[in-house]
Amino acid sequence: MVKNDTPTGPTAIEVRNLAFHYGASQALFDINIAIPARQVTALIGPSGCGKSTFLRTLNRMNDIIPGVRVEGDILIDNENIYRDKIDVVRLRKRVGMVFQKSNPFPKSIFENVAYGPRIHGMNDKGQLGEIVEQSLRQAALWDEVKDRLGNNAVGLSGGQQQRLCIARALAVQPEILLMDEPASALDPKSTARVEDLIDELKTKYTIVIVTHNMQQAARVSDWTAFFYEGRLVEYGRTKRVFTNPKEKQTEDYITGRFG
Amino acid sequence: MSQHLQKEIENLKKNLLTMGSVVEDMVYLATKSVVRRDTRMAQEIISRDLEVDEMEVNIEEECLKILALHQPVAIDLRFIIAVLKINSDLERVGDLAVNIAERSLFLSGQEDICLTFNITAMAEKVESMLTRSIDSLVNMDVPQAYRIRQEDDLVDAYNRDMYEKVKEELALHPESANCLLHLLSVGRHLERVADHATNIAEDVIYLVDAQIVRHTPEDFMEED
Repeated sequence: MVKNDTPTGPTAIEVRNLAFHYGASQALFDINIAIPARQVTALIGPSGCGKSTFLRTLNRMNDIIPGVRVEGDILIDNENIYRDKIDVVRLRKRVGMVFQKSNPFPKSIFENVAYGPRIHGMNDKGQLGEIVEQSLRQAALWDEVKDRLGNNAVGLSGGQQQRLCIARALAVQPEILLMDEPASALDPKSTARVEDLIDELKTKYTIVIVTHNMQQAARVSDWTAFFYEGRLVEYGRTKRVFTNPKEKQTEDYITGRFG
Repeated sequence: MSQHLQKEIENLKKNLLTMGSVVEDMVYLATKSVVRRDTRMAQEIISRDLEVDEMEVNIEEECLKILALHQPVAIDLRFIIAVLKINSDLERVGDLAVNIAERSLFLSGQEDICLTFNITAMAEKVESMLTRSIDSLVNMDVPQAYRIRQEDDLVDAYNRDMYEKVKEELALHPESANCLLHLLSVGRHLERVADHATNIAEDVIYLVDAQIVRHTPEDFMEED
């Protein structure tokens, strides 16, 4: 028996019996998982296995797709996020998201980061400036952009744009950060910066990351969940999953024998 | 990409087994050269050491290449790690065979001494352990690997027994001290070969079960 293979610290997200349907087709089957707070959990699996769908259920990003149906419970701070009374905007403030393709607004660097706090009601210029600086520092971008905060964000490099999107997500002070292939469009150097950043951010945030890059999952995460055909096949410590997977499907996938 | 990796792994396995059989052969002939006082056989073993050294370096380079290019995980990773370790064990066994052959060269030039200790029995046990440790790798045979681990104690007992016999003989025939000490060395080298066979068996257990059993008493780890 492998020791310490289930998270024991505080849980950030508790998922119980989650099923997810896109119209008639079911994408997730009976998912049960406890995602630990202030650690990095990687979701891996072949295309179409449901990992991105699962990630998007965590801040109800799937709600915008017509015809979807969710069963089961997702609890964040003991609050069921699929109950009617939940304020989805508030939920997404708590559960931020960074996407595969960096998507800065066609505004200045400053405005990109200030956007979130502003729509949540902050107008104090001094405070906004502080939040922008702090967020950019946390995203390891401050030193590169501090002298040109008024420049259009679209002029930044791909790696910088992605870190700007991370800064933007951090500006509303989320508890949880969802990342969907955050480095797949970046060169190795920028990828390394984002990975280092993930490592720094986990001291303050719970991070859930979807990645197709197996080595990346192994490098950045503490816990790994392997999805296959809509089911959670295996979940455990990353070190254990990558050296000694329990399930044959996991082994076949991570060693490249299928998928 | 995966097929490519599988091909490399197969190749690596083949090379390791070739090295294993060369080394097995060397140990077998080395003890034989002692018993038969055959200097030509001993010389031949000594000359094969270079071949083994070369194989060791090649295998290590292959492992490093696979690690760098394929970044293997799970069973593939454990296989490469096991090969790296078994590779150096086999190389050391080759060195020990050479050491035995060198003792053999010395002993064959001396007057035959009749020691009541039966070195052939010890050698046979050690050779069998070495052969089966390599077999357990080929067949991924964990129960066999556990058995080899246990047999190491038997070889240690042989070695202690030999030490006692040599001590007695020394008291009776101090003039044969040189010979006796060389003979004792042969026993010690054989005992070291058994240690390496045990290491190989432990690496096989790691390879299959992903469990590091080294430094753990056998009673707790034994299968079933």
